[in-house]
Amino acid sequence: MASTIRVRAVASGDNTEVQALVQHPMDSGFIKDAKGDLIPPHYIEVIEFQHAGKTVFTAYWGPAVSKDPYIKFSFKGGRKGDDLNISWVDNKGQSDSLAGKIQ
Amino acid sequence: MLIAVAAAALGAQAARAAGTVDPQADFKAFRAYFTKRFPNVPLNDFVNGPYSMDAGLRKQWIEIDAFPPYQFALDKGKQMFETPFPNGKTYADCFPNKGIGIRQNYPYFDAKSGEVITLDVALNQCRQRNGQPPLDYTKDDMAALTAYMAYTSRGKPFDIKIPDDPRALAAYQKGEEYFYTRRGQLNFSCASCHVQSAGEHIRTEVLAPALGLVAALPIYRSEWGGMGTTSRRLTSCNSQVRAVPLKPEDEQYRDVEYYLSYMSNGLPISGPGARP
Amino acid sequence: MCRFAVIRLAAAALLAASATAAFAATADDFKTAFAKTEAANKAAAALKNQWTTTADALKAARAAAAAGKFDEAVKDAQQAEALANASIAQAKEQAAAWQQAVIH
Repeated sequence: MASTIRVRAVASGDNTEVQALVQHPMDSGFIKDAKGDLIPPHYIEVIEFQHAGKTVFTAYWGPAVSKDPYIKFSFKGGRKGDDLNISWVDNKGQSDSLAGKIQ
Repeated sequence: MLIAVAAAALGAQAARAAGTVDPQADFKAFRAYFTKRFPNVPLNDFVNGPYSMDAGLRKQWIEIDAFPPYQFALDKGKQMFETPFPNGKTYADCFPNKGIGIRQNYPYFDAKSGEVITLDVALNQCRQRNGQPPLDYTKDDMAALTAYMAYTSRGKPFDIKIPDDPRALAAYQKGEEYFYTRRGQLNFSCASCHVQSAGEHIRTEVLAPALGLVAALPIYRSEWGGMGTTSRRLTSCNSQVRAVPLKPEDEQYRDVEYYLSYMSNGLPISGPGARP
Repeated sequence: MCRFAVIRLAAAALLAASATAAFAATADDFKTAFAKTEAANKAAAALKNQWTTTADALKAARAAAAAGKFDEAVKDAQQAEALANASIAQAKEQAAAWQQAVIH
């Protein structure tokens, strides 16, 4: 099955700039469906980016983050060809991960 | 003198009303109006809607477009497009040029049925011919498919034809009438926002000009948290002015898409788009 | 006629009118009002120009009638009829008026 994570990591000099788009409903639990029933909460709780065995970025998300979240950040280090691993876990215990490469 | 001026005005009105439908004259006037009103917007930039009107919004859009929110729909659309039907045929078999790079030719006037056929309708006709159930016209799978097809046409100029057929001219004029007719309890026409107030704000949104309005469809709207087609936009606009929406594939909607697409002839397809 | 007499007559007429309105509407009253409303709504639909607020008022009228609140139901039905008629007037006026908005 296709990954829920799309990533684009570009190294330039000392820094690596990372952009990622994650496919996830990010239901807050406050919205009602067409029938009037509450859509149960279903959102990513933690997303982590790892490079060379170290966590370079962690985000604690929750119901305030909208559907299909987009994230952008940069970290020191990283060179073209390096691995960049991304993983997330949501409140239902579901998870996904991606082994990306720095361009 | 006042009477003479009034008479002249009445005469001009009468000339417009009683005259034959002249899409080419309409096209020229429409284009001149927007280019004159927004002299600093390059012609092809009109297809970017609010981003051609507001620098701050544009900056955000350029950042977003580096990793566009319609990406998932686009990937899904490509997969759907390339997956054969149970009978072995594919969407490619229904369309000229195997369905690639053809979006800019829609809608077209179909002489056989005497109706305007949009890309969405053509896709469902294709599905029907191959024993498949129709897709919902407003979002999800239909939006994914048309997102892919629009993507293969990115940059190609709109090439909408109005054949020398009184029925086609009638459809064009009905579309023009729909665009300018006030409706709903709030008494807005499409023109109220997209001509009169183009570039201005409605609440927090910047209104797109009518020129190039349909070039970016289907769009991912942050407001929707998802994709939407022309039908979705038209039906939601209707409800927003407190008019009961028509069926998504209603003839009136197809006619107004025909009119707006013709008015955008020569402008590049910019879809699938991302909007606030 | 003496001015005060006119005023007293007008006041009496007003009182009489409000007194009539104060009589509880019956199911039949609602049926009559609703039939008129539905006819207007149908005409608006034929012109493809219904308002969402008309639909809401109609829904409210039906709900009130179902709950036996006929006064409210008649009021809602009349509101819906007014809205439907306004939408019909809008469609008829716009049929000619749209031309004036066209860019030329």
